[in-house]
Amino acid sequence: MAAKIRIQAEPFDAAAETAALTAGASDIGAVVAFTGLCRDEGGRLAALELEHYPGMAEAEINRIADQAQARWPLLGLTVIHRFGGIAPGEGIVLVLTASAHRQAAFEAASFLMDYLKTQAPFWKREHLKDGSVGAWIDAKEADDRATERWG
Amino acid sequence: MKLVYFAWVRERVGKTDEQVSLPQGVETVADLVRWLKGRGEEYEYAFENEGVVRAAIDHVHVKPEARIAGAREIAFFPPMTGG
Repeated sequence: MAAKIRIQAEPFDAAAETAALTAGASDIGAVVAFTGLCRDEGGRLAALELEHYPGMAEAEINRIADQAQARWPLLGLTVIHRFGGIAPGEGIVLVLTASAHRQAAFEAASFLMDYLKTQAPFWKREHLKDGSVGAWIDAKEADDRATERWG
Repeated sequence: MKLVYFAWVRERVGKTDEQVSLPQGVETVADLVRWLKGRGEEYEYAFENEGVVRAAIDHVHVKPEARIAGAREIAFFPPMTGG
């Protein structure tokens, strides 16, 4: 099963991507959809800026997707990660996992998000409502720990 | 060899990428960082906490002890914050 992986500036449509993933399939019994959204951080944030490493972002997400497919019997897999300016309320990342039974889809989606957060070459910076450019967001130790639990 | 920089490493170095010719003895990523830090205070600043900055060789994450012979592109960047 070939994973669909896209790195793009444009917004994505989670419902349309889910429909595309399951179109024509009769063996899929479970689809888990995770969408990561841009928060406004209590009204402080005007937008997030996501910088990425073109070429490596695709390569690394492909490697993570391969690991997920080796660990769980997935029947479909979509990862879309945006870069550039993203406004509060918009999606940043979409992970769709499809399998015959729910456990594989749940676990694989969680695994993929943990690895995307700590291994995919993207960096977030805040743009604030007062017009200033805020700091680069620090990596969270909790995200590293979440990734380590997969061994 | 091409070096590329991202996020605050890019801002501190003051460029997105550069071509470098390495002297003999620069064999690992750690050697390369040490050599870069000798080139100016912008590199000193970018790599002031050496344990923090991550590296990739030809789009694959590597550790400081990784050998750089044959590398086309080496990237330096902060810990990732995607997702």
